[in-house]
Amino acid sequence: MARKVSTRRKMVMTAVAWALGILIFFPILWTFLTSFKTEADAIASPPQFLFFHWTTESYAEVQSRSNYLSHFMNSVIISFGSTLIGLIIAIPAAWAMAFSPTKRTKDVLMWMLSTKMMPPVGALIPIYLMFRNFGLLDSRSGLVIILTLINLPIIVWMLYTYFKEIPGEILEAARMDGASLFKEIIYVLTPMAVPGIASTLLLNIILAWNEAFWTLNLTASKAAPLTAFIASYSSPEGLFYAKLSAASTMAIAPILILGWFSQKQLVRGLTFGAVK
Amino acid sequence: MATLHTRSAARMMIAPSVVLLFLWMIVPLVMTIYFSLLNYNLLSPGMETFVGFLNYKYFLTDPAFIAALINTLLLVLGVLLITVVGGIAFALLLNQDIYGQGIVRILVIAPFFVMPTVAALVWKNMFMNPVNGLFAHLAKALGLQPFDWLANAPLFSIILIVAWQWLPFATLIMLTALQSLDEEQQEAAEMDGAGAISKFFYIILPHMARAITVVILIQTIFLLSVFAEILVTTNGGPGTQSTNLTFLVYSQALLQFDIGGASAGGIVAVILANIVAIFLVRLVGKNLEA
Repeated sequence: MARKVSTRRKMVMTAVAWALGILIFFPILWTFLTSFKTEADAIASPPQFLFFHWTTESYAEVQSRSNYLSHFMNSVIISFGSTLIGLIIAIPAAWAMAFSPTKRTKDVLMWMLSTKMMPPVGALIPIYLMFRNFGLLDSRSGLVIILTLINLPIIVWMLYTYFKEIPGEILEAARMDGASLFKEIIYVLTPMAVPGIASTLLLNIILAWNEAFWTLNLTASKAAPLTAFIASYSSPEGLFYAKLSAASTMAIAPILILGWFSQKQLVRGLTFGAVK
Repeated sequence: MATLHTRSAARMMIAPSVVLLFLWMIVPLVMTIYFSLLNYNLLSPGMETFVGFLNYKYFLTDPAFIAALINTLLLVLGVLLITVVGGIAFALLLNQDIYGQGIVRILVIAPFFVMPTVAALVWKNMFMNPVNGLFAHLAKALGLQPFDWLANAPLFSIILIVAWQWLPFATLIMLTALQSLDEEQQEAAEMDGAGAISKFFYIILPHMARAITVVILIQTIFLLSVFAEILVTTNGGPGTQSTNLTFLVYSQALLQFDIGGASAGGIVAVILANIVAIFLVRLVGKNLEA
């Protein structure tokens, strides 16, 4: 049904779109290229685009000087841990709200959303002091708790919008056949809900991976995930462009790849189902 | 019987989420309010005294507060302006019939997945640095003086960095909205002799109203709390030129250890965020109901 578009117009539009797309992407591309340069090439004037001596020495150096891998593992544990715990808490709640809604369900959902609107500085001081008193500062478990709580509303909302799309008749049929609540969840609901749960998982891992308020304020070194580790390059190490680029490339590559798979879920998750 | 049983089961299933979120919302808030009424400094523990609203008086009359408030508003409005206008433009472009649409889309979306500290440091060092940054090289190539972005225009530079991070989000949502636009309606408008401009203002823009309001609402919530980008680029400086409310409260609490004053600032930030939230929810309420 697409309307006929003249080839000339299509070519022009294509050129403009590609030029702007590459412009937006350029900082990431430049970081990637710089990570394979020597420090001398990285600050060469005029800047070298492709014809430089390609090397991976910066990657090796970032790892050997600062134990990059341990920060990477912190990021993995914190983002996966908080997302999985969040799912365990949120799945029953979203299930109940989607399948036995009461007249207060909408209010509960709106209230959950409103907890996201609270600025983190409103909670920073007591959380910081509590963490200090309980020895949770610079601990992975402390961050898992906080990130679970800040992403819980999004997890509940996303799951709710997915569960809403599962036809209720199927559950009624299962109930008629004598399935208990427990069996209903395990055998009927779970298989149908898996795609929605997977999408929720993906988006929340991305959000937790990039979270940079609590991770910067509550960690120092031991439990620092990549957000906080990269921040330590702010000065003066950030002037070593090749090393900064290598550390940055490793920090964003996994999530960039996951992110490209989650474009659709991103819209749905972050707009709380308001735009589909 | 069955429904009663399901009802109570449902309540049990919702309870953990509600209880946790309730505690998360109420406990820190009550503690922050309590601290805000004390003269409480971490450097002199055990000396806390009740001082009433004195902390609020100090915080609200501090010149840094006015500066931070203005910076917060400029940051939010600046980023919103760039991302909403840019987002609509990109969405219109990506919605055209072009070669390699999927790849361009991926390129445009990518910045959203870059963690804030990486985005800020890459821009600060590799682009905005007055000696070795790409902008400096570009200026020299054009025969201009290199510009020290973060020293001379700190807030504007941060607005650019944050806008780069949020442009993909706006684009993606606008594009999703555009794709649900009825093709036949556009054709009918064309038959009636509508040009590209009137088509944009009378058909496309009204159709996107909901998406635009959603983008503004959600981005505002996040933009009020921009922190990492400021921490790693300017540290709020020079002076207070790039300090926003979030950063001001952080520096009072964790750099000056003034728990009482910082808590008062935190409460002020909560109140302001709530005013914005209520205002925005009212404003977009109609759109979201539809």
